[in-house]
Amino acid sequence: MSSDDGLIEIVNVTKAFGTGERRFLALGGVNATIRKGEFFTLLGPSGCGKTTLLRLIAGFELPTSGEILLDGQEIGHLPPYRRPVNTVFQNYALFPHMTVAENISFGLEMLNKPKAEIASTVERMLALVKMSELAGRRTDQLSGGQQQRVALARALAPQPKVLLLDEPLSALDLKLRKEMQVELKRIQHETGITFIFVTHDQEEALTMSDRIAVMAKGNILQIGSPSEIYNAPAARFVADFIGDINFIEGQVVVAGEKTAQIRLPGGQVLTARASRPVEGPVTLAIRPEKVGLRHADDDDVPLSGTVTNLVYFGSGTNVHVDVGLGADIVARATAPKVALGDRVGLDLHVTDLSVLAE
Amino acid sequence: MAKRKGRPFDLKSQPGFTQIAWGCVVFLYAPILVLIAFSFNANRSVVRWTEFSFDWYVAAFQNEGIRNAAIVSLKVATSATLVATTFATMAALATTRTAPFRGQGVAFGIINQPLMVPEIVTAVVTLSFFALVKQITGLTGIGYLILAHTVFCIPFAYMPIRARLEDMNLTLEQAAADLYATPFRIFRRVTLPLMAPGILAGAMLAFVVSLDDVIITLMISGPGETTLPIYIFGQIRRGITPEINAVSTVLLGVSVLLVSSFFLIGRKKA
Repeated sequence: MSSDDGLIEIVNVTKAFGTGERRFLALGGVNATIRKGEFFTLLGPSGCGKTTLLRLIAGFELPTSGEILLDGQEIGHLPPYRRPVNTVFQNYALFPHMTVAENISFGLEMLNKPKAEIASTVERMLALVKMSELAGRRTDQLSGGQQQRVALARALAPQPKVLLLDEPLSALDLKLRKEMQVELKRIQHETGITFIFVTHDQEEALTMSDRIAVMAKGNILQIGSPSEIYNAPAARFVADFIGDINFIEGQVVVAGEKTAQIRLPGGQVLTARASRPVEGPVTLAIRPEKVGLRHADDDDVPLSGTVTNLVYFGSGTNVHVDVGLGADIVARATAPKVALGDRVGLDLHVTDLSVLAE
Repeated sequence: MAKRKGRPFDLKSQPGFTQIAWGCVVFLYAPILVLIAFSFNANRSVVRWTEFSFDWYVAAFQNEGIRNAAIVSLKVATSATLVATTFATMAALATTRTAPFRGQGVAFGIINQPLMVPEIVTAVVTLSFFALVKQITGLTGIGYLILAHTVFCIPFAYMPIRARLEDMNLTLEQAAADLYATPFRIFRRVTLPLMAPGILAGAMLAFVVSLDDVIITLMISGPGETTLPIYIFGQIRRGITPEINAVSTVLLGVSVLLVSSFFLIGRKKA
């Protein structure tokens, strides 16, 4: 069951809340392997089950069915205090009646570590999160960013096998959030601890993660590296949730080994990448920055249309082109030399155009 | 504040508000001020002021009847407070720290029952119940009075404790469990220190309520079990004396002190 580098194995885990009429399936059979030392992100909109999955790993909820293995041992039914995992809570949950140092030493005290070891670990943790000067402060005297650092130090101090982070940056303002993203990566790199990070922010997930699991409605839709998730989304939901993307509907006319020919409603035929044999009606997806702008009268452009809108956003411009398919196709360029109403051709390269699994 | 059109309804701007408010304050506190003032009157009269003295406090302190009543009051209030607060703490934990259970509303109602039922009813049923118990067991003593006080003190101790627990962030206990604390150590290191102000506030409220009780005590207390309010009640039938004023003032002082500390402690945030 366990692979070589799998630290956590989630096997067919389901979680239902309530009974009878009000029964709600929060997780519907989830499978995932989390590797040792990686920064693994659970990404999805609110209500997708990502926090439930995290709470199942922490032990605050028990799975309705399925297994959670840590180093090959079933931990899914152990109480939280018997699991070598620690959590950074969304609201930090620092103990208000203790100082910063007392908060950080709490886990070590509960593990009955010797006093000298506790003292040196607390000092090391304070230095790691750059909070040494504030060791004696009460936690309600700290700013949000400082509380975040204490929560992180407290959870890291007992040296858990896995650190769980439940949207830890969502309460911080944008600038501080960017700083903490860098800090988190640094700390993960320095400690070598496996991080499981929950977020609904796709940009945060792309910048921080080694691998991402995209979740929706209680299921994992795709697990992959940020570039795999971004460049080769397996499902329409994944493509739509992460970044901007154009969808084009069509019919398969020729299905090849790795590519397929798709006929659009307007009669044009596009060649697209397909990871599996496809047939019938399909959806094609392409990122705006992969759509090339050409002259409308170039011979080999597969699609052409009229510029309907130009949206400038600083580092570039989105060119909306009506090609007669209903929705406009958006092309992103740094300095496009087009004006509203111009006829333009669109270049859709086969490696950038993928057939989605519905 | 500048007057603006279309501003939200403000009670303070309604006609007569200030007058009614002051009327309430005067009616509530004027008699108390009169009582305090005349407890320091040198004259025996409680309506005509002559000069300032502590004589009535000295007299009250030397009065054996008052001294004994005060001792009974303290004994009953302290015992009832300790027992009631313990039960109230357990009840508060059981109604806030468990998964919602069937009959939770009923349990809440039962705990608070002494607040809803008219006190005279509780007094009468307790009296007849205790008479039955006494007849069967032959046991007598102050225990009956303490038991009766404990019962009506529980809801008063329960409410601040429960409020404190409900304010407390549940994730704090989860965080402790996550950091390897067993349920007992979670309670000892996180829940109890955080709910302590609520327990203290509940205990003080229970103490004041027990100290002030008349109706139930009047029915239940046996010979030699006269509490201060009962003693005062008995004396007043023979006319108000400045001695009673002095005792009442001391009782008032204790109550005010405890109730204000209840608010101060209760305000400390969870």
